[in-house]
Amino acid sequence: MKRIISVLMENAPGALSRIVGVFSQRGYNVDSLCVAPTDDPSLSRLTIMTHGDDKVIEQITKQVNKLIDVLKVVDLTDGAHVERELMLIKVATRTDAIRAEVKRTSDIFRGSIIDVNGSNYTIELTGTSDKLDAFASTMAECAEIIESSRTGVCGLARGERALRP
Amino acid sequence: MKMMSGAAMVVEALKDVGVTHVFGYPGGAVLDIYDALFAQDSVKHVLVRHEQAAAHMADGYARSTGKTGTVLVTSGPGATNTITGIATAYMDSIPMVVLSGQVPSSLIGEDAFQETDMVGCSRPIVKHSFLVKRAVDIPEAIAKAYYIANSGRPGPVVVDLPKDIVNVQESHPYVFPESVAMRSYNPTEKGHMKQIKKAVASMLKAERPVMYVGGGAVACDASGKVIELAEKLNAPVTCTLMGLGAMPGTHEQFVGMLGMHGTLEANKTMHNSDCIIALGARFDDRVTNNVSKFCPHAEIIHVDIDPASISKTVNAHIPVVGSVDKVLDQILEQLAEKDFSGQKEKLSDWWQQITQWRKRECLKFEQGDTVIKPQKVIEALYKHTNGDAYVSSDVGQHQMFAALYYPYKKPRQWINSGGLGTMGFGLPAAMGVQFAHPDAVSVCVTGDGSIQMNIQELATCLQYNLPVKIISLNNRALGMVRQWQDMIYKGRHSHSYMDSMPDFVKLAEAYGHVGIKVDRLDELDAAMEKCFSYTDRLVFMDIAVDQNEHVYPMQVKFGAMDDMRLSKTERT
Repeated sequence: MKRIISVLMENAPGALSRIVGVFSQRGYNVDSLCVAPTDDPSLSRLTIMTHGDDKVIEQITKQVNKLIDVLKVVDLTDGAHVERELMLIKVATRTDAIRAEVKRTSDIFRGSIIDVNGSNYTIELTGTSDKLDAFASTMAECAEIIESSRTGVCGLARGERALRP
Repeated sequence: MKMMSGAAMVVEALKDVGVTHVFGYPGGAVLDIYDALFAQDSVKHVLVRHEQAAAHMADGYARSTGKTGTVLVTSGPGATNTITGIATAYMDSIPMVVLSGQVPSSLIGEDAFQETDMVGCSRPIVKHSFLVKRAVDIPEAIAKAYYIANSGRPGPVVVDLPKDIVNVQESHPYVFPESVAMRSYNPTEKGHMKQIKKAVASMLKAERPVMYVGGGAVACDASGKVIELAEKLNAPVTCTLMGLGAMPGTHEQFVGMLGMHGTLEANKTMHNSDCIIALGARFDDRVTNNVSKFCPHAEIIHVDIDPASISKTVNAHIPVVGSVDKVLDQILEQLAEKDFSGQKEKLSDWWQQITQWRKRECLKFEQGDTVIKPQKVIEALYKHTNGDAYVSSDVGQHQMFAALYYPYKKPRQWINSGGLGTMGFGLPAAMGVQFAHPDAVSVCVTGDGSIQMNIQELATCLQYNLPVKIISLNNRALGMVRQWQDMIYKGRHSHSYMDSMPDFVKLAEAYGHVGIKVDRLDELDAAMEKCFSYTDRLVFMDIAVDQNEHVYPMQVKFGAMDDMRLSKTERT
């Protein structure tokens, strides 16, 4: 089952490699990973999308929590949460018809075209991973995808719950 | 405020954390630190012959005292040679700090001479690591390293020190931190009261309880409380390989070690129990055998300081996160007002059953007239040391014999590489023990395979006059490998024999020690007596033992805990 695990950790050298190390050492899966400093620059927040049964997920949270640099670990998928991922996708737009279709599809998905070139458009799209998947496959039907890049999922719990030190 | 060089800071910080011994080997990247060591004598440096042995010595020192062991090595090969030693300490949760030199900051990443990414190499086998980037950060990094190594679940910590920051030419202000509180690291010591109450209710209700005691009870010196709880409950106690000594081997409630080579009574007691009180043990695969057949009737109370150890392999019904010591305090407090007068009566059927299992005498062996059985050597060792020696073991058959046939009276008396199973551990560990306890008898039980993995340390023993006693069970083979080949590979002994054995007596003498060769049973007692009469010399006893002996009992693969072979022909 798909899980989103959020980790609050010291923004210190080596902290990220230790967390990634736990996943490789113990044979856990990383589907996506997203990390950046928080509003408090001494802390980083990392979001890992992974999958596994309850026992595996329990071990992942415990093993990550055990790392000295880690302050808190929460499984966001345990409760109500919001999640978003950002995708940049570059598609070939060789004819007027394709350009029109790409623009239309992008509008339907509420994407925005952020770079225009003689032969291609680059579109920015934010949403859940499913939405990005749907957009990419729809786009593939009308235009050739040249390249794409996704940030991986980040998320927050809904309501009062928060990951603070 | 004191001004000093980075190198002097390293030594000063070691003094401030109370380090007495540093086990190390010099080299380019740490010459400044070695120069600072030369200028003082409160921290004693021990020059080893191989860095792996330095780590095992620090480990033996730590296991026998509870204090953190310290290693100092140079960059590159010096650092990587400690990897096996660090992994050994990590698997057994031993507090250790490894100070490794590093190439100057400006050269890091340039594949400089003797450069390795030590923080990266050691990452999967350390509790934490530091790459110190400024000289002024040295005292804090060292203070934190020792705090992390010896708090919570102990473990090794690496401190990597680039050469430019320990430069003796520059001076910096030295401030040793008064406390090292860390917002991201606060190990839970005390158990949750709700869980304690549940655990107490479960153990009071139990009709067939057993206490399963591991290395965690040794690490926090909870042995006294383990005995107190056992006696209150009148419960049988079994120890893991790492827990031996936490319950005296001579105590009438002790049923022996459990697991793959545990006693029949220990494994039977576990398998038939209705309440397992696991204290600082981690349900390792060498204990549980087939997890799906593990102790089907038991409610499991699992006390461990590491939440990740709880329900990792076997699901715990009553998890209690906390140190064994603090949690036992809480449990004993709860039990203080309880009435135990009926306890003996209540458990009498259980004890009757255990007595029946004991009657199988699973540790009996047949000693002939001449060829010495390895078990007999350990029994003789016990007799000649009054059961009081520190026994450090290598890895293999002799390790199991030393675990089973020497009843340890106290915790920290039995020193072995339980988790990683590191051959070559025994001699340096026994040396670390001897440094920590100069007046005690420190014995290394080893075999002809293991001893040759760190034999060079015989030179270190001479340099520091360490009167370690080496009891080598020489069967001209890698006994444990051979045993498995006999049992599983139809006796095809693929590379498990040693064809050109050195003359160990001459070898010991070449290093300046005493060597004694024992071939026949009738020589054994006199030779042992002679060995221990040399109180100020290292004695290497090369004892020829039966090559065909197997370690029994032994669990049957994929079976339940109590599914065992008792000899080459008997099964449970």
